[in-house]
Amino acid sequence: MSSSRAAESSLLALNQQEELEDLPREYPLSTSEDEGDSDGERKHQKLLEAISSLDGKNRRKLAERSEASLKVSEFSVSSEGSGEKLVLSDLLEPVKTSSSLAAVKKQLNRVKSKKTVELPLHREEIERIHREVAFNKTSQVLSKWDPVVQKNRQAEQLVFPLSKQQSVFAPIEHVVSGWKARTPLEQEIFNLLHKNKQPVTDPLLTPMEKASLKAMSLEEVKMRRAELQRARALQSYYGARARREKKIKSKKYHKLLKKGKAKQALKEFEKLRKVNPAAALEELEKLEKARMMERMSLKHQNSGKWAKSKAVMAKYDLEARQAMQEQLARNKELMQKIQVASESAEEEGGAEEEGEPFVPDVVNEVQVKADRPNPWMFRNHSGDTKEAEVQGDPEELAEPAAQEAPESEEEGPVVAEEILLKEFEERRSLRQKSGLNQIAKPVGSQEAKDLSSQEVLSELRALSQKLNRESHQSRKQELSSTRTVLAVQREEPAGEEEEPLLLQRPERARTLDELEELGKEGCFQNKELPRAAVEGQQLERNPSNHLGVPKEKKRKEQMIDLQNLLTTKSPSMKSLAVPTTVEELEDEERDQRQMIKEAFAGDDVIRDFLKEKREAVEASKPKDVDLTLPGWDEWGGVGLKPSAKKRRRFLVKAPEGPPRKDKNLPNVILNEKRNIHAVAHQVRMLPYPFTHHQQFERTIQTPIGSTWNPQRAFQKLTMPKVVTKPGHIIKPIKAEDVGYRSSSRSDLSVIQRNPKRLSIRHKKQLKKISVD
Amino acid sequence: MKVKMLSRNPDSYVRETKLDLQRVPRNYDPTLHPFEVPREYVRALNATKLERVFAKPFLASLDGHRDGVSCLAKHPKSLATVLSGACDGEVRIWNLTKRKCIRMIQAHEGFVRGICTRFCGTSFFTVGDDKTVKQWKMDGPSYGEEEEPLHTILGKTVYTGIDHHWKEAVFATCGQQVDIWDEQRTSPICSMTWGFDSISSVKFNPIETFLLGSCASDRNIVLYDMRQATPLKKVILDMRTNTICWNPMEAFIFTAANEDYNLYTFDMRALDTPVMIHMDHVSAVLDVDYSPTGKDFVSASFDKSIRIFPVDKSRSREVYHTKRMQHVICVKWTSDSKYIMCGSDEMNIRLWKANASEKLGVLTSREKAATDYNQRLKEKFQHHPHIKRISRHRHLPKSIYSQIQEQRIMKEARRRKELNRIKHSKPGSVQRVSEKKKRVVAVVK
Repeated sequence: MSSSRAAESSLLALNQQEELEDLPREYPLSTSEDEGDSDGERKHQKLLEAISSLDGKNRRKLAERSEASLKVSEFSVSSEGSGEKLVLSDLLEPVKTSSSLAAVKKQLNRVKSKKTVELPLHREEIERIHREVAFNKTSQVLSKWDPVVQKNRQAEQLVFPLSKQQSVFAPIEHVVSGWKARTPLEQEIFNLLHKNKQPVTDPLLTPMEKASLKAMSLEEVKMRRAELQRARALQSYYGARARREKKIKSKKYHKLLKKGKAKQALKEFEKLRKVNPAAALEELEKLEKARMMERMSLKHQNSGKWAKSKAVMAKYDLEARQAMQEQLARNKELMQKIQVASESAEEEGGAEEEGEPFVPDVVNEVQVKADRPNPWMFRNHSGDTKEAEVQGDPEELAEPAAQEAPESEEEGPVVAEEILLKEFEERRSLRQKSGLNQIAKPVGSQEAKDLSSQEVLSELRALSQKLNRESHQSRKQELSSTRTVLAVQREEPAGEEEEPLLLQRPERARTLDELEELGKEGCFQNKELPRAAVEGQQLERNPSNHLGVPKEKKRKEQMIDLQNLLTTKSPSMKSLAVPTTVEELEDEERDQRQMIKEAFAGDDVIRDFLKEKREAVEASKPKDVDLTLPGWDEWGGVGLKPSAKKRRRFLVKAPEGPPRKDKNLPNVILNEKRNIHAVAHQVRMLPYPFTHHQQFERTIQTPIGSTWNPQRAFQKLTMPKVVTKPGHIIKPIKAEDVGYRSSSRSDLSVIQRNPKRLSIRHKKQLKKISVD
Repeated sequence: MKVKMLSRNPDSYVRETKLDLQRVPRNYDPTLHPFEVPREYVRALNATKLERVFAKPFLASLDGHRDGVSCLAKHPKSLATVLSGACDGEVRIWNLTKRKCIRMIQAHEGFVRGICTRFCGTSFFTVGDDKTVKQWKMDGPSYGEEEEPLHTILGKTVYTGIDHHWKEAVFATCGQQVDIWDEQRTSPICSMTWGFDSISSVKFNPIETFLLGSCASDRNIVLYDMRQATPLKKVILDMRTNTICWNPMEAFIFTAANEDYNLYTFDMRALDTPVMIHMDHVSAVLDVDYSPTGKDFVSASFDKSIRIFPVDKSRSREVYHTKRMQHVICVKWTSDSKYIMCGSDEMNIRLWKANASEKLGVLTSREKAATDYNQRLKEKFQHHPHIKRISRHRHLPKSIYSQIQEQRIMKEARRRKELNRIKHSKPGSVQRVSEKKKRVVAVVK
């Protein structure tokens, strides 16, 4: 019932609505009779709709206002579907021209253009907007501090105060001006200073000096300048003249000049002696000084560049020789001590009158000496052959560097070489006879010398060659051919052939002795053995021959048992005359070992350790559990034991544990038990900033102490986070401290007394916010 | 017999001058210095123990006031000078090096509510219960002169706090509203209000100096902008905030000392959640002051103790108390960040070391290196249980200790209850609110 009533009421409402709708439409347009038809159609449709909506779902739709149907009718205006609004003026369009509607249209325009005045916002609302704007502004200002704050929070070290106080340089006058003399001493000093008009504050110029500075007149200044000019001109003139004179190449001119000068000097000295003996003495002193200088510098000895060049020339050139002599004479003259104190000045003068001035007898002597050959001067000419003989000493042939000696020395060894050469010739002939000469190299005179003098070098070379032996196939063949020789050699005491440089001589002597004994085979062994043969020796040699061996050999011997090396001694060692020191060393070593042995006689550390380890292993093994109860199910009594069967039955065998971690580590005992004492010191949970336990462990495991780190690293690691200076006031951070520009206007000047006076921008912002 | 000799190169051990350090050759081969972790651990353990042994923070007590000390102020230029105001209206100026009072002034009738120094250090301001603001010269009056304030401003209402601008001749007072004063005028150049409640303290931001923060007794903290003469934002907490303090190194961070035993550090741009809640006190926190390095702050509490908190930690690193110290009303960290002063109810001002075990005076370079190393070791091994236990151990008076236990139980009960509620109700119907959010009631724009 209720639903039907509702439908009725809705229908009623519809009718009313339609009437309302139609009303404005009818007003401007003249109604036609056709309207009725279409109207009836529409009503019918509405009715249908209303009925269909009775089921309850679309009931709300009924209240909606509906426009004209979608059907296009040429009589009615419809805006449905297009979504456009129907504007009043559109309806007026066809009757635009009619003047009767102008008043209506005007009215309409006026209504359109008129705007309603908005209600003013509530005061609280306005304040809220103000606050919001201000807050946004302020937080913008504050957010410029974000990077600074972030940086400071993450900083490794912060040093306060942040702004360094600039040390101000105050001029001394300012400092002194505030200071007054108080004590009597100070006052006295002040009085003195004032009396002399000494500057108290400005230390640069006294008043007197200032006055004198002012006193110089213009004329004086001009005169002084002229004087200075003249002096400068003269100086340049003399300089030019001196330069010109220096350029003159004529020796005669210079000689004359020197002589003239000497004469002049002598004359003056004479004059001086008569007039002023003291000055003359001074002059003499000067001479003495020159002598001393000469002694110190040895300027006129033949060590200079010039003298050396002359010495070369002196052989052939008489003039050069004379020049040198002159120089030496001058040296002597300068070095001669002048006798002043013992003799009177007059006597001295007399003596000087006799000889040449400044140049005493020495020069003459030298000239006399020049006749016979000076042993020092002519050493090179006469002593050449002698020297060569001296150098030709056979001892020096052994020097390995003999080959590199300069040409002059090369001549010396020739004699010795000839002897050697002869020897070689003999030996070669011997070898040719025996038919073993195919291994020998063509022996030139030069190579023979090499062999004799540089035996050791060749040996070394041979050893190095041994390393890349593969490349020398031909050599190998040679080697095979020498086997026979080597076989002979092996019979000899092993250490003999390869003795180091020091031991060479006695050994060689012996081989020479043996040479005769051994006959043809043995004679080559040292001197004529070619390199290949030496190689062969190296290969076959007894390892016991170890003392003083070259490096290459040592490398080979690393394979050899150390013990063997230490204990066994080469039999040839004792036969040698030299190595007494070596024996001593050996003794010492043995003593030391003996001592250590004695000291640790009782304990065998290794065995103890092994025993300990065995015990530890035993202890850690899981034990069997014996659950037998004696007396149960058996006869009781004293001395009765549970039967083996029963024991076997109740023995719970422990399971085999996992293999020990130190099973393969012979020198280590690893305790696999968890140490409960250590647990108390261990961190149980991963602390906050760490995300993985490895990170944390790494931080713990890197030591920071100076025991493990060098000084710099230690300082860096233990750097405190905040450093403050004692007694310094730390001021709050300022914009200038971090490079920001602080606002130039003071806060006071910016204060807005009247908050209603707002800037245009501010107002705009306000409006925007209020719209939101 | 061969003589074996040791020979050394003098370059490796002879000093160039006698002022040089003796050169000690060291071999850093790690095999020669084994067990580095256990050895360093033992060193760290010893360092921690020694730190506790040498932790004697109390330095001096300045007595002389005849009533509880209500406020303290630092001198901006002199480390040795401290000003204090008492509940009987007396202001005293102290010399810390001599530990003596160098001047006393009967400044007000009734409480001295607030005291602050001018940024140049030549004068200071006091406000009292007698509705006046007074400016005083820092130097005492010369002989025969009367002890008189430079200026006196008579107000209409009681001023409860005062703070001076950090750069300019401006100061702010609070009472019923926040007033900004020019020093030369007798009327405020602007006054800012938001609501009608008594504001207990006002503080200038030391970095962005035009910002102010205040806290009122209706549980809110209000921020002001002096230039735009408007409040910015207001945050309402669970309980009343007694005072706030700005971080001197981070312009937007401030910490509020609250009645609910906690301190709240806020970023002023995001007031809806505090950056950190610092809890350890067992009674209302009355005052807070930042260290000038901005890394720690100290708080004074009604529970007769002061605590030092790192800025980024919610638990305190140090607690100072003595038997005789009563409710601590005010606290200040000295400008060299070495000492802490606190004024308490029982009329004394106490001087403490900021680092309890720090050695005072000049350190030799070796001492310094050793302390640095020990400090770093303690940091490195701080998570190890033994070291943690020792370094955290503090003696507490029985009242505080039992209070802590009690509050722990209460907190646990509350937590359990919440968990139970969640467990026994329809999933999603009970929302878990984070502890930080819970404390902020509202943010008012």
